[in-house]
Amino acid sequence: MRTPYGVRMIELDGLTKHFGSKVAVDHLSFQVRPGMVTGFLGPNGAGKSTTMRMMLDLDNPTSGNVRIDGKRYRELDEPLKYIGALLDAKAMHGGRSAYNNLLCLAQANRIPTARVDQVLDVVGLTPVARKKSKGFSLGMGQRLGIASALLGDPEILMFDEPVNGLDPEGIHWIRNLMKSLASEGRTIFVSSHLMSEMALTADHLIVIGQGKLLADTSMADFIHENSRSFVRLRSPQRERLREVLRESGLTAVEAGSGTVEIDGATTEELGELAARHQITLHELSSQRASLEEAFMQMTAGSVEYHAHGTSHAGPPSDQQPGPQWGQSYQSDKGA
Amino acid sequence: MTTPYQHQGAPGAVYSSPIPIRRAHLGDAIASEWTKIRSVRSTIWTLSVMALLLVGIGLAVAAAITTSDANVEDQPILSLGFFGVLLGSLCVMTLGVLTVASEYGTGMIRTTLTACPTRGRVLTAKAIVFFALVFTVTLALTLFVGVAQVAIIDQGSPTTQEWLRSTLGVSLYLALLGLLSLAVGSMIRHSAGAITIMIGLVLLPLVMAMFMFTESLSWLQDALLEYSIPSQLGVLYDNSVTQSGPMGWEPLWIMLGIAAVALGAAYTMLNSRDV
Repeated sequence: MRTPYGVRMIELDGLTKHFGSKVAVDHLSFQVRPGMVTGFLGPNGAGKSTTMRMMLDLDNPTSGNVRIDGKRYRELDEPLKYIGALLDAKAMHGGRSAYNNLLCLAQANRIPTARVDQVLDVVGLTPVARKKSKGFSLGMGQRLGIASALLGDPEILMFDEPVNGLDPEGIHWIRNLMKSLASEGRTIFVSSHLMSEMALTADHLIVIGQGKLLADTSMADFIHENSRSFVRLRSPQRERLREVLRESGLTAVEAGSGTVEIDGATTEELGELAARHQITLHELSSQRASLEEAFMQMTAGSVEYHAHGTSHAGPPSDQQPGPQWGQSYQSDKGA
Repeated sequence: MTTPYQHQGAPGAVYSSPIPIRRAHLGDAIASEWTKIRSVRSTIWTLSVMALLLVGIGLAVAAAITTSDANVEDQPILSLGFFGVLLGSLCVMTLGVLTVASEYGTGMIRTTLTACPTRGRVLTAKAIVFFALVFTVTLALTLFVGVAQVAIIDQGSPTTQEWLRSTLGVSLYLALLGLLSLAVGSMIRHSAGAITIMIGLVLLPLVMAMFMFTESLSWLQDALLEYSIPSQLGVLYDNSVTQSGPMGWEPLWIMLGIAAVALGAAYTMLNSRDV
């Protein structure tokens, strides 16, 4: 199926995967749109990798399907020329040189062998091209995996947690690479469990938790809705403060250690209000909820492996229940 | 690398690669598998050890017979190659298993099947490349050892049938045994497990037969002796443990059948399983 723009697109329709009685992916439907970076976000164990494996026809879905330009992955003759994928940096034979690892992939897809040297150059592995890949660091392995994804010069690229284990320089390099690939009109689908990483690279965001779709929204909308600012107040006269706030029609939320947080008022207004009522303030500060917190809140109900006994997440976490946020994105998506 | 990126799928900006799309087929998969098998050290090692065993044992036995002046008239000279080939078969089985199972061990199989999602084509290409490699190497080695043995011992010349069976026949037998190992490796997906199964398959029938003393089990004992892989290999050398059971070229057809069934099962499993 061609998209309205006549470009390549991935469509998931009711994709479901059970491992025994465990549901890894639960009726997942979304589209990966062309010409931009789509972030695929979810906590560990949310089903991101399983979804990506099903997109590449490595795992068979229990039900539902994935279509790439209307076709199943297995129906593509030279898949590397349509989709390049980095699933696991270690998915190479360690005893083989970087060059030979790429050469056998190129040959399977009739890609000219000159291309192997080109992609090695793009990822900066030319000096170690003839070295065995088992001696590679995690970052070099990741670069080799990216080289294999770029081998067929594909229109769609899929990266599963590409920045895992990379140093800051490597992370910066991958970010720029993804942006530059998208700017050439390619479709990029990249998974991560780090909201902060997605905020820097993705144009569109798909969030899943326990295999279910939680959000399908543009990054701009996500930031707009979730970069909520609020004011934090701390005062020795807590009861008096709350009373004054209530009288002014403001809702204050207790945030522990004697602080309260207020939505919908500026620091100026609150400072003047306190002064008018002669309330001593020990703190008056403007705060901004991080995207990371928004993400954690959204997926709070669906995190598979909790660490017990750790301190609770950021301040606004007890203000709104998670699902509401997800729902608002679902309705956005329909619009 | 710093060009601004587009938002929301701007129309008309589809990336189009300058690399020409040429339809890939089995030949490309074979080229790919050939690159894989020649670029890992395990191939070089197993085949070198096999060459050492075949040539070393073959020549040593021949030399021992000439120096001791033993009379070997009642035994075909070429059958002296049997011991080396029997031990060499362990190398073939190991390499066969590793050809597929190492891909599962390293995770390479995901990359392989992403590059070639027609899974049957991958297994076919592996089978062809591996069979051709083992057949060629074994044929060269058995020919060399046979010629050397006849030259060293210098007691009459073997018949054409003997020559054919002990070179062509044995090479085909080992290559088919290798294919069986490759199929088992593909089904088990674990190198050590699959190698153990293959070694058991070769040794267990003989070992079990040794413990079957009772009269009521003698038929089973005979069958195990006749159809065990070492005995079948012996038949190709006219050097069987027993005087009944398969004769002439028959062991080859039996192994062909077993390897075909195992490969069929491996195809079915590869196509239906998650990787």
